Order: sequence, then C-alpha cells, then structure tokens
Amino acid sequence: MKVLVAVKRVLDHNVKVRVKSDHSDVDLTNIKMALNPFCEIAVEEAVRLKEAGIATEVVVMSIGPKAVQEQIRTALALGADRGIQIETDTMPESLSVAKLIAKVVEDERPSLIILGKQAIDSDNNQTGQMLAALTGMGQGTFASDVEIQDNEALVTREVDGGLQTVALRLPAIVTSDLRLNEPRYASLPNIMKAKKKPLDVKSAAELGIELRAHTELLKVEPPAERQGGIKVASVEELVDKLKNEAKVI
Amino acid sequence: MPEYKAPQRDMQFVLNEVLDVENHYQNLPGCDEATPDMVAAIMEEGAKFAERVLSPLNQVGDQQGCQFNDGQVTTPDGFKEAYQQFVEGGWPSLAHDPQWGGQGLPESLGILINEMVGTANWSWSMYPGLSHGAMNTLEAHGTDQQKQTYLTKLVSGEWTGTMCLTEPHCGTDLGMLRTKAEPQADGSYKVSGTKIFISAGEHDMADNIVHIVLARLPDAPEGTKGISLFIVPKFLPTADGGVGERNGVSCGSIEHKMGIHGNSTCVMNFDGATGFLIGPPNKGLNCMFTFMNTARLGTALQGLAHAEWGFQNSLTYAKERLQMRSLTGPKAPDRAADPIIVHPEVRKLLLTQKAIAEGGRALIYLSALQVDKAHMAEDPAERAEADGLLAFLTPIAKAFLTELGFESANHGLQVYGGHGYISEWGMEQNVRDSRISMLYEGTTQIQALDLLGRKVLMTQGEALKGFTKIVHKFCQAHSDEQPMQEFLEPLNKLNKEWGELTMKIGMKAMQNRDEVGAASVDYLMYSGYVTLAYLWARMAQVAQQKLAAGEGDTAFYQAKLTTARFYFQRLLPRTRSLVETMLSGADNLMALDEDHFQF
Ligand SMILES: Cc1cc2nc3c(=O)[nH]c(=O)nc-3n(C[C@H](O)[C@H](O)[C@H](O)COP(=O)(O)OP(=O)(O)OC[C@H]3O[C@@H](n4cnc5c(N)ncnc54)[C@H](O)[C@@H]3O)c2cc1C
Repeated sequence: MKVLVAVKRVLDHNVKVRVKSDHSDVDLTNIKMALNPFCEIAVEEAVRLKEAGIATEVVVMSIGPKAVQEQIRTALALGADRGIQIETDTMPESLSVAKLIAKVVEDERPSLIILGKQAIDSDNNQTGQMLAALTGMGQGTFASDVEIQDNEALVTREVDGGLQTVALRLPAIVTSDLRLNEPRYASLPNIMKAKKKPLDVKSAAELGIELRAHTELLKVEPPAERQGGIKVASVEELVDKLKNEAKVI
Repeated sequence: MPEYKAPQRDMQFVLNEVLDVENHYQNLPGCDEATPDMVAAIMEEGAKFAERVLSPLNQVGDQQGCQFNDGQVTTPDGFKEAYQQFVEGGWPSLAHDPQWGGQGLPESLGILINEMVGTANWSWSMYPGLSHGAMNTLEAHGTDQQKQTYLTKLVSGEWTGTMCLTEPHCGTDLGMLRTKAEPQADGSYKVSGTKIFISAGEHDMADNIVHIVLARLPDAPEGTKGISLFIVPKFLPTADGGVGERNGVSCGSIEHKMGIHGNSTCVMNFDGATGFLIGPPNKGLNCMFTFMNTARLGTALQGLAHAEWGFQNSLTYAKERLQMRSLTGPKAPDRAADPIIVHPEVRKLLLTQKAIAEGGRALIYLSALQVDKAHMAEDPAERAEADGLLAFLTPIAKAFLTELGFESANHGLQVYGGHGYISEWGMEQNVRDSRISMLYEGTTQIQALDLLGRKVLMTQGEALKGFTKIVHKFCQAHSDEQPMQEFLEPLNKLNKEWGELTMKIGMKAMQNRDEVGAASVDYLMYSGYVTLAYLWARMAQVAQQKLAAGEGDTAFYQAKLTTARFYFQRLLPRTRSLVETMLSGADNLMALDEDHFQF
C-alpha cells in the first residue's frame, strides 16, 4: 500500500509574527521556517503505518519555491521514502494546492493520502476537503486515530461533540489533528540518509494546472495590543461589566 | 521556569558568515557530506532535542542529584530516558570513524551539537561528554581488536566511558599517581588503586562503563614518564561482544558538591581489576596529549554555555520585571514602573553576558575548525599549522571563557535581584554549575602556565607570533574600511603590545622563573580579551558589510555592531589593569614570608 503525504512549509511556530510596515503581508524575510506541525503529524502517521508493515512506500510532496525542499528533506529524515516538489514561484491558494495534489494522486495512485488538517500560517482548514471533492474519495478529517482494516480506513475524528469514527473505502483522504500521534525526532543517520533519497521536481505547468488566485489580500494588521485589565469587587460587578461594557453576554 | 532556546541564528552567523564553514568543509577530505543544508538539518534536530528533552531536566537534575546506594548510582528522573533517546537518535556516533559505526562527520559539527546539549543541561551532557573522551583515546591509540570490542559500543552509545586520572593525593600533578598495573600471563593487567572525582564513573544509564585509567607498570620510571593507559571495563566483555562477568572495579561513594548535581562524581576503587594496555607502555600521558586540546575545548564550551543560558533567561526577566523609573523619565508610563531593562547598569549586566556568549561562540567555533584541520587536512603543513593554532588557542579558550562564563552566570543572577538567589528561578544553579569549569581539565592557573610557559615562552614566542600575524593580516585587509577604524585601531595597538609584554616577561623570567608564574593568569586574561577583540572585530566587519550591502536582517546586524562596540568600550579596557598587574613583578607575591601570612 502506498501512502502519499502532502506537507507545507510555514513559519516556525516559535517565531513571533511581524507585519510588513506597509501592511501588505506578514514579513517573512529572514524568518525561521519549518514543517507545518500538522503535516509533521501526518508524516509520522504514514511512517508508523510503514513500520507496522501496512504501508509499503511513503511518498511526500510539497508545493512551492525551491526552499520547500528543506521540508521535504525533513519528512524524508523522519522516514518517508521519496519526495516530490511541485515548483511554483509563490505559495498557491488552497484550491490550486488541492488541484495539484489531485494531479499527483492521479499519477501515483496512493491508497491513502494524509494531510495536516490545516497549516498554521493561514489556518484555512480546507485543502483536504477540496481534494476529497476533486478526487471523489472519502474523507476522514480531524483524525485522532487511523486504523487500516482490509480495504478500509477506520478514522476516529475529533468533532465538537466528542469522537466520531468513520469507515472509508480506500483510497481515502485523512487529515491529521493534534492528538493523532507525537512525531519522533529524526535520528542523525536518517538525516544523513534523507539527502540521498530521491526527490523529483515538477512544475505546476507540467502538471497542466493553471494557478489562479480567487482571493485578494487587501491588508494585514497585527491584532490590537491587549489593554490592561481591571479588578472588579464582586461577581455582580463582573456580570454587569460583561453585559453592559464589553457587551459579550 | 527557566528555558533554553538554541540561538540558531547566531550559530549560523558565526559558522557561515564569519567563518565560511561551507568552504572549510569542502576543502577537507571526507567532509563533503557536511553541506550547508545538512549542517542546518543536523543543527535543527539537535536544537529540538536540547530544548524539548534536556532543558526541562536541568532543574530536576539539580534538585534530585544522583543517589548512591551500595555501589549503585541512580541518576535523576528522566536522565536515563533522555540518554536512551540520545542513543536512538544516533548522536554519540556523529564524529567517529564509519569503520566503527560512526557517521564520519567532522568534530566541529559535534562541538556545535555539544553547545546546545551542554547549554540545555550541562550535568547531563557530561555523561556522553566523558564517553567522547574515551572514544577519542581508543580511536587514536587502541588496537583494532580493542576498537572492535569497546569503541563500537561507545560509538553506538550502548556503553559509556570515563577518564580516570585524579587520585586523592594528585590532581594537577599526575606524575605522582600511584595506581598500579601488574602484567598477567594472558597479556592483560591487574589494576589496583583509588581514583577520585571520576565523572560518570557509575550510573544507571548504560549496560557497561569503559574506564580509561592512568596507572603505573611495576618497572615504570618515576614521574610523568612512567604512566601508562589502560582500559578497565565495569563488566568484562564476552567473546561475542556482550556484557560478561563483573570486573574488580567499583564505586565507593559519590561526592556531595556545589553544582552539577545531576552528574555523578565518583570514588572508583580498582581491586585487581582486569585491564588492557592502550598505546605503548609508559607513554600514557603522551597519548592523552593527542586529544587534550579537544577535551579542553569541550570544557571551554562550558563557559559559553553558562553565559548563554544566563543571558537568555535574564533578558526575558529584565523585560518583564517592573521596578523604578528610568532616569530620563518613564518609559512605560501606563505601568506601575519601568521594566528594569531601561536602567543602564542592568543593561551592562545583560550586554556583558551577550558579548561573552557571542564572542565565546566565535572563539570556540574558530578553535573547532582547527581541530578538523589538524585531523583531516590533506596537506601536512596545513595540519601542523592548524595544530599549532589550536594548541595556542586552547588554554585561552578554556581558562578565559570559563572565568568569564562564571562572571556572566553571576550577572545573570544579579539581573534577577533577590529572586536570583532563590532556587526556583534557576539562576543560582547556573552560577553553581558554572564554577567547576575553572577547576577540572586543568585549573585556570595551570592553563595560564601552559599558555605563557609552554606555548609562548618555550617556543620563543613563535606560537604567539603565529596568531598575532593572523590578527595583523585581518587589520591590514580591512584598513581602508572607514567604519571599521573604531575597532581596528585599538585591536592593532593591543596586538603589538601583546608581543612587547611577552618580551618583557620573558626577560624577567630569565632572572627569575617565578616571574612566569606571577604574570601568568593576568597574561592569559589579557590574551583572552585581545583574542575576543579580534573575533568581535571580525563579526563587526561582517555586520558592516551586510548593512552596507543592504542584505539580510538589518536589526540583527545592527545589534552585532552595537555589541561589538560595547565589547571594545566596556570590556576590552580591562586589559589596562591587566598590563599593570602582570608587569608588577613577582616580588609583591613572593616577598611575604610564608610564616607571616597569618599577620
Ligand atoms: C566535579 C569534578 C569532576 C571531576 N571529574 C574528573 C574526571 O572525570 N576525571 C578525572 O581524572 N578527574 C576529574 N576531576 C578532578 C579535577 O580534574 C582536579 O580536581 C583538578 O585537576 C585539580 O586537581 P586537584 O583537585 O588535586 O587540585 P590541586 O592540584 O591540589 O590544586 C590546588 C590548587 O593549586 C593550584 N596549583 C597547583 N599547581 C599549581 C602550579 N604549579 N602553579 C599554580 N597553581 C597551582 C591549582 O590551580 C589549585 O588552585 C574532577 C573534579 C571535580 C571537582
């Protein structure tokens, strides 16, 4: 069974985000970048499936400029077998990403596709779902547990009311939530081996996908600075202030 | 809770922008694996391990310490598991020969990882640190069979190692050591004696412990020329390389001590323990010298570690702690008081730590690259040159950086005020932990004698000239860069003065050898300040260049320049006082009659 994992390069979750002075975007110059944490969990899940003898090959792909190869290498160091970079000048929107992944799915014919539920930069939480629509496959989003049985994936999903388990016929799409697993640390020998693993580069044009922007970024502003708090004398005063000043209840 | 974040931006700056490590690795045979992306990936993973696994155990280690019970030592909670993870990650194998299971990466990369591991948790880092010493010994002097049996297990991390030199009556003066080794019919030896202060001598983290022991053969000459090296394993290996019978070496007790509580400091009793000779008989100390510099660099790192750790935490605190108003009017008028970082004297404490940590990093990495070259360069002349430079820089790095590391740790505590004295914040632990670095691996006094006596005067100043030439060349190369003048001018002056001072002391020493001893520590500290000035000037030069070209992160380079300026104006002038004291002669130290000290 082949597993495809799509990963995204995002700014490191430890980094304090700054907005460009002209408010045109977030300032990413010289900012430390990393593998999106949810994608890291997705890679870990695929590698565990391989270690359990269920998956036979783990292919990892990423979309973006050459720099995304770093994140592909990171995934290879965690245990993926080979990588595919779809080269684009900028980071495309979710729908274009889903279309590109769908193309790769067509070529690679994986039985399982694992993605992070969302990327911590734009927090859209939609690529997996779009990919499911484009490929017509079943989807198990917000996964906290994945079990493969015969030709089915049993996916436990974290939903508002608790946990829900769905059975998906393979091939299927899973998006990982935080509690799916705890990713390992890459070992030194694996970091070194990762460099020698194959990494194919294809352009979006080669795949016949035209990248289109459906949204326009007008302005980015940092959240308002937190105002100092006040002390209240009683519960009544608190309720009153919440009702009449903050108007939140 | 104190925290550690690996300063990867600064590490990359020193490696790539100041020292051009890409070029360095490309020119070394067998280092082609160490490409910039590989170095970055390794650094990143090492940082994760240091920050997430080791850093949270630092305080635990201090509070619990090691427990001794009937010959067994229990390490603090989590230490053993962290070691297991370290081994699974393959880290012990980094800089060792692939023939014995190593990854064959250059030693300098190992030092880079050690910086992060050691800063996150120095006590823990000593367990693999001592193994590294034992591995170097075996790699350089062991037979193939010894390497097969012991080195492979140390490289994989399944076993750990120790270095057993010190005895109750001798620490500095190893010529007096008494541990005996009696030859046996089967070619092995029976080793008997007591070693003290043996770091990682006993613990619960690995299946076996390989002690490298200095001892005397029955017919050995007196003094340092009669010392041989032995391997004494805790458990004798079986024919198939497993753990066999218990050997006659045991831990008698562990020390209660000022700091590094998480690392066991052991009395080791050897009672006719089976040992195996490494290297030629009576050449034990010579064998040790082959990697003495690398080992001492490992301790120099401790100075950097405590400075960096103290700096990171005290910086966070200084921005949060509100106390008093700025002398030039409120800086945070909407708050009860200003954060203490507005006060000039608090800034001095912070900047001193910053200048020492960042300057120290440059000094350690520069030395580490010499280790690589000394071992691996193709051209013998290049190897010899690197070895010479390393030999010169080592006592400076070891003594100067550990002295200033301790000073920095103290400043870190000071920033916290009274809270720094309270255990919870971790700052007093940092001070206590840092204190040992000026003692082991040769005390500051011994490093100073090594520098002034052995390295400088015994070579008729050649070693010093080698380095001052490098400094001079640097000053020449940038002499037409106007913004660099504020750094180059004082550096040039000191570089010249360095030679003159050496001459003066050398002249006096011809009359009276005590003059060497009397000037030594001041001379070493002076040498340290000038060496660091050279490195700060190099860093400033890179920063200037990047700023002029409008490349990269302006704020980062501006901060470099400002810190360089601080170093030159606030720390480098300490050389003035050192010049006076180092030239004040031996009389003011020797005149007082031993019996009159009491009055
Ligand atoms: C926590 C800890 C861990 C250690 N780990 C190890 C280990 O793993 N393996 C090991 O073998 N040893 C270890 N040591 C021992 C350490 O290396 C010695 O303590 C050190 O070498 C100093 O020796 P000493 O204590 O006998 O001091 P001494 O040699 O007695 O020195 C006392 C003082 O005299 C000064 N002095 C001595 N000679 C001169 C001189 N000629 N000129 C000027 N000043 C001089 C010294 O600088 C020092 O201030 C450890 C020690 C400690 C405390």
